[in-house]
Amino acid sequence: MTRFRAILVRELRLSLRHGADTLGALLFFLLAASLFPLAIGPAPETLGRIAPGIIWVCALLAALLPLDRLFGADLEDGSLDQLLLCGLPAAAIAGAKAIAHWLVTGLPLLLAAAPVAVMLRLPEDAVPALLLGLLPGTLLLSLLGTTGAAIVLGARRGGVLLPLLVLPLTTPVLIFGVAAADAASGGLSARPHLLLLAAMLAAALPLCPLAAGAALRGAAE
Amino acid sequence: MLKAEGLAAFRGERLVFRDLSFAVSPGQALVLAGPNGSGKSTLLRLLAGLGRAAAGRLLWDGQDALADRGAHAGRVACVGHLDAIKPGLTVAENLTFAAGLEPASPGSGLVAAALQALGLTDLADLPARMLSAGQKRRLALSRLALTTAPLWLLDEPTLGLDTASIGRFGGVLAAHRDRGGIVIAATHIPLPLADVKELRLA
Repeated sequence: MTRFRAILVRELRLSLRHGADTLGALLFFLLAASLFPLAIGPAPETLGRIAPGIIWVCALLAALLPLDRLFGADLEDGSLDQLLLCGLPAAAIAGAKAIAHWLVTGLPLLLAAAPVAVMLRLPEDAVPALLLGLLPGTLLLSLLGTTGAAIVLGARRGGVLLPLLVLPLTTPVLIFGVAAADAASGGLSARPHLLLLAAMLAAALPLCPLAAGAALRGAAE
Repeated sequence: MLKAEGLAAFRGERLVFRDLSFAVSPGQALVLAGPNGSGKSTLLRLLAGLGRAAAGRLLWDGQDALADRGAHAGRVACVGHLDAIKPGLTVAENLTFAAGLEPASPGSGLVAAALQALGLTDLADLPARMLSAGQKRRLALSRLALTTAPLWLLDEPTLGLDTASIGRFGGVLAAHRDRGGIVIAATHIPLPLADVKELRLA
């Protein structure tokens, strides 16, 4: 457990040191979401209708940005070997990385989603459902993204391969996340969609680190 | 006691060595020699449990060492040809992180002692990106002074070190062997090690 915490603390400290890289994903999210009113026009009813979709797609793309450096830097400078030799299972290392990715990227996106939703005129009733969906949603993006990053590790053009691998996996998350917010703005219950997201999270929590850990072992060989 | 029986390994499609057998007892040092590409680094990775053996067995005290990779990782301290240093962290932070990865968390005094062992005390608060190649190598080697692992695997450990640092590193190696530790190193340059066995890879 102390080793797990040591890895997590190091990841967070490195993210603070490389502040520009860390803020990149958040700024991309804010900028990309701001482009939609300019492109579509400021009519509140149109924007409010598609706001959940805009926020979810932008969050999804923003969460992909830091993924190719998640393990890439460690592979290039030899740190990955040291991590794998610390005695923790490779799945625990992948888990620590996924948590770090969520804290550094997922959580800021979640916090920024509320003001963006207001800016896009999302109906007030739908904002809590959107955020409640994004909470398991960003966690899922971190877990799936970590798995994808571990799988493409060491491949040439891994950065191109990564979105092609991760985006199809995230489509169910996107569908139910947007459906939750849409249901709430239509006066329906968001509960079934949120429960499905939670179920996906419950499945991904053990499975994604296991898959990512096996991929890390393979990359080191 | 580390014993290899009939090891063989591939790198990509190519068989780099086969039928490799050797034994190293506590306190002994084994130097891997051989031309570039003869499989020294591949063998070290295999011994660390990072690579995969195509054939043969690796025994630690008579037990299959690679059956439980987690347990084997606790026995191994490895300095590869990459320094595994984060340029954004300071020298002391790099070393504190390495200390945090040890199974039994060592005290804070140990990090200072490890810095002292390789003459890095004055550089402790410097970001690692400011270090020269030789200083980075010393920082990578100072991780060895933190660990209690009995098996040290070193890949060209003295590359880029000055004479004084090689001397200090020799002291670290001798202390490890006096405690009954094993050193296995791949090198082209003579290491500051007394009484070594040599394993020549063709």
